Amino acid sequence: MQRQAKFGVGISVIVVSLAFLAWLGYGESKTYYHTIAELQTLHGASLSQRMRVGGTVEAGSIRRLSGRVDFVLQGEGRTLPVSYVGSEPLPDTFVDKSQALVEGRPAPDGRFVAEHVQAKCASKYEVAPGGGGAPAPSAQSSM
Amino acid sequence: MDVFGSFALVLAFVCAVYSFVGGIAAIRTRHPLLIKSSRQAGIATCSLIFLATFSLEYLFFSDNFANAYVVAHSNRDLSTFYKIAALWSGQEGSLLFWSFLLSVYVLSVLIAYRHKNGELMPYVGVVLSGVQIFFLTLNNFVASPFKALGVSGANGAMDLVARADGNGLNPLLQYPEMVIHPPNLYSGYTGFTIPFAFALGALLARYPGEKWIHLTRKWTMIAWGFQTVGILLGAHWAYAVLGWGGYWAWDPVENASLLPWLTGTAFLHSVMMQEKRGMMKVWNVWLVFSTFLLCILGTFLTRSGVVSSVHAFASSNIGAWFVGFLAIILLVCLAAYVKNRDYLKSENQLDSMVSRESSFLFNNLILLVSCVAVLSGTLFPVFSEWFTGNRISVGTPFFNKVNIPIGLLLLFLTGVGPLLAWRKTSLDSLKRNFGWPVVCGLVAGAVAFAFAFREFYSLTCLILCVFVTATISMEFYRGAKVMRARSGASYLASAVDLTMRNTRRYGGYIVHMGMVLIFIGLAGAAFNRDIQKDMQLGSTIQIGPYTLLLQNFDSKPEKNYTAERMIVEVMRNNKPLMMLYPERRQFPANQASGTMVAIYSTLKEDLYVVYAGQSPETQLPVMHVYLNPLVKCIWFGGVVVALGTLVALLPNRRAVLVLAGASEVAAAKSLPVALSSAPTLREGHD
Repeated sequence: MQRQAKFGVGISVIVVSLAFLAWLGYGESKTYYHTIAELQTLHGASLSQRMRVGGTVEAGSIRRLSGRVDFVLQGEGRTLPVSYVGSEPLPDTFVDKSQALVEGRPAPDGRFVAEHVQAKCASKYEVAPGGGGAPAPSAQSSM
Repeated sequence: MDVFGSFALVLAFVCAVYSFVGGIAAIRTRHPLLIKSSRQAGIATCSLIFLATFSLEYLFFSDNFANAYVVAHSNRDLSTFYKIAALWSGQEGSLLFWSFLLSVYVLSVLIAYRHKNGELMPYVGVVLSGVQIFFLTLNNFVASPFKALGVSGANGAMDLVARADGNGLNPLLQYPEMVIHPPNLYSGYTGFTIPFAFALGALLARYPGEKWIHLTRKWTMIAWGFQTVGILLGAHWAYAVLGWGGYWAWDPVENASLLPWLTGTAFLHSVMMQEKRGMMKVWNVWLVFSTFLLCILGTFLTRSGVVSSVHAFASSNIGAWFVGFLAIILLVCLAAYVKNRDYLKSENQLDSMVSRESSFLFNNLILLVSCVAVLSGTLFPVFSEWFTGNRISVGTPFFNKVNIPIGLLLLFLTGVGPLLAWRKTSLDSLKRNFGWPVVCGLVAGAVAFAFAFREFYSLTCLILCVFVTATISMEFYRGAKVMRARSGASYLASAVDLTMRNTRRYGGYIVHMGMVLIFIGLAGAAFNRDIQKDMQLGSTIQIGPYTLLLQNFDSKPEKNYTAERMIVEVMRNNKPLMMLYPERRQFPANQASGTMVAIYSTLKEDLYVVYAGQSPETQLPVMHVYLNPLVKCIWFGGVVVALGTLVALLPNRRAVLVLAGASEVAAAKSLPVALSSAPTLREGHD
């Protein structure tokens, strides 16, 4: 009985401490996914959360400035101005009318400040009827 | 050929159904002819799947652009090598490829055991054909690769058309590793079907003893080996092709391949407790069940796009089929377990905290915790949406926070576990076995600390790596010393001889050594550096001891793409070292582009140069340079793991002959009795 108690304690110590680490990691990296329309209805504390927003890059809206790239995301008839401030180069697939997923936080002035951008090509080669999708090339955030 | 292929698939489906139903009838009636005919239906199923796969491959090679799958994944200029790989580059083809690889395993099992294990094999056959029926259903009715290309005609009917050329293969996949990575990974995924079928079969048949474990050991190791190599090849592909400087991003599909590996690794270890001490029977059965479920889940995640990922194929309706199949397997496993659980009663109890058993127990526990963490992190967006309505995802920090300590604990157990005695280990043997390794580890740690190497996890990892290496070397050294005393051969020859006599034990040590190398490589990631810069002709980038000078550009038309190259001279401490050519490739067939990273790899570090594109602001090309220490150890470690797995799969050299030889030598030299009865001939599976 005492032996089993020892094992029980050992196992609980490991599981509890790993669960604690998981909880820390969760707090550090949890990211909400919102659509552009949802983003405009958020208020209060939920505006300071880290989040991902998906949409289509408005044609002609990409402007490369020093230290950041500005563009406009469109979705469900609404638009969202975005400033990308990350250090990774933007993916090849990030072009006008591509689908993009931006990750970051909204700024008080209504712009969305993104640290990561993933982009998916507007699938030029999926026009074949019956053709399966191809893996979407996208940029990776680093490990 | 497309009609031929789809006909073969339909016939395969019919044969699989016959094999399944006939197999159940055979189990009920025990009629020998029925048993035989359902086995032969299983063999026919496999052969027909082979035919279908070859005919799809034939369509690729004959540039048949009337077939929708060929149009979507190939073009005339695609090289032969990639026409093979085009088979598994899309949804329909890779599901057929799944069936194909599964058939290779099923056929080998059916033929290898056709005259053996008569009580068990009908059950195994039924489970295997059940799995085949599921995949053949997908191949035939949900995602057929033999669909002809059609367009809506003037009167609304579909007209068959043929294209002049195809859309080409995704450029990300046009890389040599893409030809070998998926087959390896899929061989792992499909291979775990065999231990699953045996475990479920043995449970259903209440097959006595640990025989199913002995039977499946080889198959589990083969699947595990493929899975390991497949994961590493995938990591290497990501490293060399995606051009972001890393090899693992906790992407859902990467995670999906890691999950069955974690439970499979746990299973490989915990079976030893069942073989040696008759413990953990329930646990083992459920480990195999979960490994198989995770393999199906992994295939599901890759195919369905339920969690967005770099690799995942476009969203499709195939998900519902997989969820249904997972539910059926789970129900069957639960039912079989509830009905026959008395058959899995444990024969022994744990005796001591410091014993081989408890090290296996903790090894299993933390592998499982890691599996649960990775699984929940991967599926978090799905579940959070169900429960809270918010789609919340977790990122790299979550996975790293949990898995780095788990990795280090496992590394520790890798060193400790194999040297602990079964049941209970005495303090004396602890000192004898671990004294030197602990000293080595601590000294290495102190030296590293003195040289300002103070990142906590990396330092711990270094200490543990040295410790594990020392324990493994000591095992080889001690064994070899005893062998040498008998045979007089050199240490190296004795060590080889030792390994060949107990391949499982020493092959296992070699695998552990490979894992140590992988850990060293992973620890190096804490010291990665990178610089990105707009470049003009003649501008330089300085990173570590390297100076990179942009000399020129050129453009090189190839058969299937055009390559734009940067010509970069690399200098080390201002002495010319070599030239590197990072590339960007433009593929006209699908108007896509891809990067080719240039890597100068040494044991110490990788210089990783990416041509990151043109800066539209300055019109200058951008170069991104990474300096990643110790990455090569990971790939090298992978090779060692593969070698160790192969060694462990070899049959043991016959001990009887050796015993005779050894005692003669011992008698001739009149060695002390203690030496000649030393524990070199610990036969069997420890």
